Amino acid sequence: MSILRKLPKLPVTDLRGVVLPLAFLALWYGLTALQLVNTKLIVPPGAVVAAAWQVIGSGQLLAGLQASLARDLAGFVAGSGAGILFGLLLGVSPWARRLAGPTFHTLKQISLFAWLPLLSTWLGTGDAAKILFIALSAFYPVALNTFEGVRGVTQAQLEVAHVLGFSRRQRAWRLVLPAAAPQIAIGLHLALLYAWLATIGAEYLLGSSGHGIGSVVIRGKAAFNVELIIVGMLLIGVVGMALNRAASLVEARLLHWRGPGR
Amino acid sequence: MSSLPVARLSADTASSAPSAPPARRHRGARLRSWHDAALRRFLLSWPFPLAVLLLWYLAAAWEWLPPQILPPPAMVAATFADLVRSGELPDNLWISLWRVLAGFMAGASGGLALGVLMGLSPRARDYLYPSFRMVAQVPSIGWLPLLMMLVGIGEALKIILIAKAAFVPVALNTYQGLRNVPTRFIDVARVYRFTRWQLLARVVLPAALPQVWNGIRYGLTHAWLALVAVELLASSEGLGFMIVYGRQLYQLDVVLAAVVVVGAVGYVLDKLLALVEQRLLRWRQDTH
Repeated sequence: MSILRKLPKLPVTDLRGVVLPLAFLALWYGLTALQLVNTKLIVPPGAVVAAAWQVIGSGQLLAGLQASLARDLAGFVAGSGAGILFGLLLGVSPWARRLAGPTFHTLKQISLFAWLPLLSTWLGTGDAAKILFIALSAFYPVALNTFEGVRGVTQAQLEVAHVLGFSRRQRAWRLVLPAAAPQIAIGLHLALLYAWLATIGAEYLLGSSGHGIGSVVIRGKAAFNVELIIVGMLLIGVVGMALNRAASLVEARLLHWRGPGR
Repeated sequence: MSSLPVARLSADTASSAPSAPPARRHRGARLRSWHDAALRRFLLSWPFPLAVLLLWYLAAAWEWLPPQILPPPAMVAATFADLVRSGELPDNLWISLWRVLAGFMAGASGGLALGVLMGLSPRARDYLYPSFRMVAQVPSIGWLPLLMMLVGIGEALKIILIAKAAFVPVALNTYQGLRNVPTRFIDVARVYRFTRWQLLARVVLPAALPQVWNGIRYGLTHAWLALVAVELLASSEGLGFMIVYGRQLYQLDVVLAAVVVVGAVGYVLDKLLALVEQRLLRWRQDTH
């Protein structure tokens, strides 16, 4: 039975994974070259490459990307910092848990994007609203996972710390934080992805003013510039992938003390 | 890989579980103390939101912010009642629910199919998985402008986007759930000389079910998230549209009422799936 075997990691040189994308590209090219579809809507791949070359050359896209990344990072740092603090508080203090926990769990059910119109009314469509929104998107996963990580510290571990005569501070730094670290890392990783999603979303919705890759795409849409939209989408995807990869690497490095297999 | 929400516990399962009562007391006392604890927990959950409400009330009453920006709570409640009575809120809610259900059904069944295919056949996985990853990496909202060009801003756009949002976590968790079935389960099944079909139906699928279900829960959450996003950006009906519309007219009471409903629906959807999960996975407790 095939699933019996431990599946080997797909080697990088395995070309089978490329078959489908290549087939898709060929189909795309064929359809547009033979004029089987409206080439105003479904632009030929060559036009996309040309558009990419042109916008990247003009620096418009890169400036937008830079603005987006700065915003993303600011929101991520603020949101995840607050998330770690709040998660720790909830995890450590029963009172905080009882008082604020239910409210937190209820509020997190509100679909993220629903906050955006409210925030923009209160703070305008500038960077303040966007960054707060991004911070909010990073806050929830980090707070939740930090909380769970802290709660995951077992009674046995606490007893050992007690026997060893740990002080309060030692208990926090040498037991609770390291024990919660893997889960916090998961939260941060998720937050990084959510923050990117939120960055794009905020720029779409509040985009007409200000720089950003999302604004570039939205303006491309307004101008019926399909090439620009596709280039922007690809860039958004590439950045998302890069963030993800970077987070995985950092996670693996920082948590290598856990050793292989949990 | 670990980027995507794979089998991550949500805290409400942890928080809503009643704290274990001390075991050695007799039954009546145990029950009473459990009741007391539950009651205390319930009562203690109120001061914080009430304080926020009070702050909101005071801020509005003393007009720290103009009422167009921060309407008083009573006004939001009145608007809410009006919107319910006039049918505007139920109508829009209904439309949103229909969209999310249709999109979720399409996306989740597609995700299940792809996940099972990739989980059971290594060959299919080798061909499909890299492409799947690429599609999964672009956030759903990233697809929006392109889709708007291709299919317009009609109903199809919403369904496709919501389906995509549900598709990715379902496919991913199904795939991983099937992959992670412990080898020793399969060894035991071998010893019992299970047929292929028995192996699949009685060992592999039940073992993968918890993670598959996790994917479905994530799928629904993501579908709801995507629905609100797409309705904010491109719609003329639905809860998201109410929010945009209220915002444009500076009727923040309408916005807040709609936001409350968005939160409540998200909450109910998640709780429903959690309930089903408890039922579906009840057998696990017996075996542990």
